[in-house]
Amino acid sequence: MGRGDDLGARLRDGDLSAAAAVLNLVESRTPADRAETAALLHAVSPAALGGEARGHVVGVTGPPGAGKSSLLSELVKGWRARGRSVAVLAVDPSSKRSGGSLLGDRARIVFDPEDRGVFIRSTAAGDRLGGLAPATRAAAQALSAAFDVVVIETVGVGQSETEVAEIADTVAVIVQPGSGDVLQFLKAGIMEIPDVLVVTKADLGEIALRARRDLSAALRSAGSRDTRVIAVSSVSPVSGIDDLVDALDAHRASLDLGTRRTATRRAGALADFVVEHGERGLRAVGGRRAAVKLLAEQDPRADEPALLRALEARL
Amino acid sequence: MEHRLPERDRPWMMRTYAGHSTAKKSNELYRSNLAKGQTGLSIAFDLPTQTGYDPDHELARGEVGKVGVPVAHKGDMHQLLDGIPLDAMNTSMTINATAAWLLALYISVAEENGVDQKLLQGTTQNDIIKEFLARGTYAFPPGPSMRLIADMVAYTVTEVPKWNPINICSYHLQEAGATPVQEIAYSMSNAIAVLDAVRERVDHDLMGKVFGRISFFVNAGVRFVEEHAKLRAMSILWEELGRERYGVQDPKHLRFRYGVQVNSLGLTENQPENNVQRIVLEALAVTLGRDARARAIQLPAWNEALGLPRPWDQQWSLRIQQVLAYETDLLEYPDIFEGSKVMEGLVGELLEGARAEMAVVEEHGGAVKAVDYMKSSLVDSHRDRIRRIEHGEQIVVGLNKYQEGEPSPLVEGEGGGILTVDPEVEIQQREAVQRWRAERDQAAVDGALQELRRVAQSDENIMPATIAAAKAGATTGEWSQALRDAFGEFRAPTGVGEAAAGGSDEDDLAALRDEVERLAEALGRRPKILVGKPGLDGHSNGAEQIAVRARDIGFDVVYEGIRLTPSQIAASAEQEGVHVIGLSILSGSHRELIPSVVTALRERGVDAPVVVGGIIPAADVQPLKDAGVSAVYTPKDFDLGAIMRDIVSLVSSRHGATAGA
Repeated sequence: MGRGDDLGARLRDGDLSAAAAVLNLVESRTPADRAETAALLHAVSPAALGGEARGHVVGVTGPPGAGKSSLLSELVKGWRARGRSVAVLAVDPSSKRSGGSLLGDRARIVFDPEDRGVFIRSTAAGDRLGGLAPATRAAAQALSAAFDVVVIETVGVGQSETEVAEIADTVAVIVQPGSGDVLQFLKAGIMEIPDVLVVTKADLGEIALRARRDLSAALRSAGSRDTRVIAVSSVSPVSGIDDLVDALDAHRASLDLGTRRTATRRAGALADFVVEHGERGLRAVGGRRAAVKLLAEQDPRADEPALLRALEARL
Repeated sequence: MEHRLPERDRPWMMRTYAGHSTAKKSNELYRSNLAKGQTGLSIAFDLPTQTGYDPDHELARGEVGKVGVPVAHKGDMHQLLDGIPLDAMNTSMTINATAAWLLALYISVAEENGVDQKLLQGTTQNDIIKEFLARGTYAFPPGPSMRLIADMVAYTVTEVPKWNPINICSYHLQEAGATPVQEIAYSMSNAIAVLDAVRERVDHDLMGKVFGRISFFVNAGVRFVEEHAKLRAMSILWEELGRERYGVQDPKHLRFRYGVQVNSLGLTENQPENNVQRIVLEALAVTLGRDARARAIQLPAWNEALGLPRPWDQQWSLRIQQVLAYETDLLEYPDIFEGSKVMEGLVGELLEGARAEMAVVEEHGGAVKAVDYMKSSLVDSHRDRIRRIEHGEQIVVGLNKYQEGEPSPLVEGEGGGILTVDPEVEIQQREAVQRWRAERDQAAVDGALQELRRVAQSDENIMPATIAAAKAGATTGEWSQALRDAFGEFRAPTGVGEAAAGGSDEDDLAALRDEVERLAEALGRRPKILVGKPGLDGHSNGAEQIAVRARDIGFDVVYEGIRLTPSQIAASAEQEGVHVIGLSILSGSHRELIPSVVTALRERGVDAPVVVGGIIPAADVQPLKDAGVSAVYTPKDFDLGAIMRDIVSLVSSRHGATAGA
C-alpha cells in the first residue's frame, strides 16, 4: 500500500495522529508526492467514504488585529468541551522578497500539548495571488474525514473570505468594534456576505453593542436575513463562545452539504487545471464554460484529483 | 572656588545584583557582600518567583535557584533577610509581575521583626511594559498589570512613604537593541502610562509626591560620552514632564532619580577579561557629570556572557565602584560638563529625537497600546546592530577584530570560571514548599486567597489583601494563580511578525536564498524551522533575531515565543512538520531542559535535528551533544549568517539521501 492509501486508511479509521504526516504529504510538490496526495484524496473521497466526510469545515477570517487568534483559542476550548476533535489550518502571508514566512499564530492558541484531539498547522500562503496555501484545500478535504471540526484561518477582508468560502462549509468573519471598513464593504457589496459574523471585544460594552447593531443593519440592507451576528469576548471574563459554536452548528445543519462540497471540488479542480495548463489549456478543452459543463457531468462524489484528470483527458 | 565643591560628595549607593540557590545561601552572600563595603541590597529572584510559580510547578523545572533566589512564601523571605536590619537597609528588588506579592512578603517580614512599614526603604522594579517589550517575565495581561502597579503606587505613597514603588526601566530596552533615542523615548512614554494610570487612583494633591517616588533604572553602554548625554537628556525631559503634564512644582519631586546596571549586551565571551575595562568605562558614563549622576549603581561581573558569576567575580565589580568613588577625585567637583558645547549638542540631538519618537508612541495611543509598535522597532534596531557587527562597521575588540590572543587564565581551572548551581537545590526546594503547605494553617490561607480573588475582581486596592495572604502563609504560586484566574493568562507580542524584511545586506542574503530555494525543490516544500524558548527565561532577543533572519533567507518559521514546556515544543514540531528545531536558553537551565526536549521530540517520532543557542558554558557543550543536540551556539558566534549557513547545510545533509524521492 502506498503512503497516500495508507494515510487515507488511517484517516478513515479516525486516526488523528496521521494529521502531521498528511500535511507533510499534501504540502509537498514533488511529482511522487503529488501522486500520493491524489491517492490519499481518493481514499477519503465521498465515493470511498460512502458519503461526504463528516467533519465540519469552518473558515475563520477577518482583518489583522480583530482578535482572531484569541477567539480561536477559546473556540477550540469550546469545541473540546463538547468532545469534538479540532484541526486548525492557520494560513499566514509570505514574504514577497524571500518567499519565507513567520508563522506566529499557533503561539496564541492555548491548548494542552498532550491532547491528541487538537491539531494545529501553520502554513504560508505561498506565492499564489490572493491568499490560500495551495495545499490547504487538500488538507481540509483529507482531515475532515477524521476530525470533527477543521478550521481554516486566514487574514484579511474583502478577498480572503471569498477564497475561504470556496473551501469551507461555513464562513465566519471576525471583526472588532469600530472597524468601519467591514461595514462599508458589506454595504457596497464588495464583500461576500458571511454565514456568521462575529464581533469581538464584547467586554467593551456599549461600543461592542453598537457595532453589533450597525452590522446587523448593514446585513439587512445588503439583503441578508439569515446571517447571525454574535458578540464574543475572548478575554476574561470570556463570553459568547457557546452562542458562536451553536450558530456555526445551526448553519451547518441548514446546509445541503453534498451540493456545497461537490461545487467546492469542481471549482478546485478547475482552478488547479488553470494553474497547471493556463489559459491555453482552457482553450484546448473548449473554454471555461465547456470545462464547467464537463465537470458537471462527472460523478458528484468524485475527488478533486479525479476531476482534474477528467479535464486533462480532453487535452 | 567654583570649580571645587566645598566638601566631597557622598558616594552613590553601591549594590551587587545577587541571589541564587536558596534563601539561606543568598542570605550568607548578602551578609558577606555588606561586610565588603556594599551599601545596599539588590535581590535577584529566580524565574519561577518572577513569573509566579512555586518550585514544584511544571514550568519551574530546571529554573529553581538558577538566575536568582527562590522565594515561595514568607518563611523564605524571613530566611533571606535574616540578621539584616530592615529599618536601616535600602533594598532593591528586581521583581515585576509579582512585585505586589514580594513587597507584601517584605512588609510582612519587617513587621514580624518589629519594623514598621513606614520605615522601609527600597525599590520594586515593577515595570511591566518593558517585560512585554524585552524581558518576558510578565504574568497578567496589560490592563490588570497596570492596575497592580497603580495600586502599589497608591498604597506605598501613604503607607510605605520611603519606598520607590516602581523603577521605570530603560535598562532592558538597550539590552533588546534600543538606540539611545529609543531608550529615552520608550522609557519616558512608559512612565507616562504609569503616571496616567496612577492619577486615576490617588488624590490630586498627592501627585507631586507620587511623581517624586518614581525612579528609573537605566543602562549605560560603552559609548560613554553619548551615554552620559542620554542621562542629561532624560533628566531634562523628566522635569519638563512633571511640570507640564502633571503640574508638579516642588523641585525635590522633579529631580530625575536613577539607579543603573551597566550594559551586559556588549560583554563578550571571547577574551572575557576585556569586559572589565568595558564595565569601568560604562561606570564613568553614569558618574562623570554631577548633574546626571546615578544614585545607585550595580555593575555586572566580567563573566556574565559565560554563565553565573561567583562571589569573587561580584567582589571585583564592587571594587571597581569603590576605587571610582574613594580613590579618584570624581566626587570633588561640580558638574564638569557645564558649558561644554559637545555635551550640549549631544543632549540637544537626543532630546529632539526622543521627543519625535515619544510623539509616535502617543499617536499609537500611549505605551500600553504601542507595545507592538515598540517591540517591532526594537527587533529592527537589534537586527541593525547585529548587522553592523557582522560587517565590522561596529568594532567589538576580541569578537570581530583582534580575535587572536593568549588563552585567558581567568577561565582555566575547575568550573571554567563560573558558578554552577547544585541540581539538588531544586529537589530540596520542591520538597520544602510542599512541607510549608502541609504545616501551615490551611483555613487561614484559603480565607485570605478567597478575599484576594474578591478584591481582584473589584476596584479595590490589591495591596491589603495581598499583605494579608502573605501573613497567612500563602505561596507565590497561589497568589499568582488567584490573579491569573481573575485576570486571564497572557502572551505578549513576539515582535517578529511585524519586523521589516531584509536590510542593507541583500547580497549576503541572496546567496543563501538561492541555496534555500534549491533545498525547497529537493524537499518538495519550503524548509521549515521551529524557534522557541523552553523554560521560564524571557530573554527572547536572540531567538527573535534567528527567527527573522531565517524568514529573510526563505525559511518558513514557526516562532513560538517564550515559556514553553518540552511537551509543547515536541507537539509543535510534530504537528508543524519542521525540518529543524532551534532552541534558545539564557537562564542556565539548559542541562535539564534541552535533554527533556530532545526526549519528548523522539518520543513523538520527530527526528529533525536540534540546534541550541544561549549562554552555554564550554563544559556543557559536549553533554548537550551527547543528549542528541546537533550544534551549540554561544555569544561568541555573533555571525548570524554563518549560523544560518550551518542550519541550511544541516537540513540538506539530513535530507540529502531522500532528496527528490
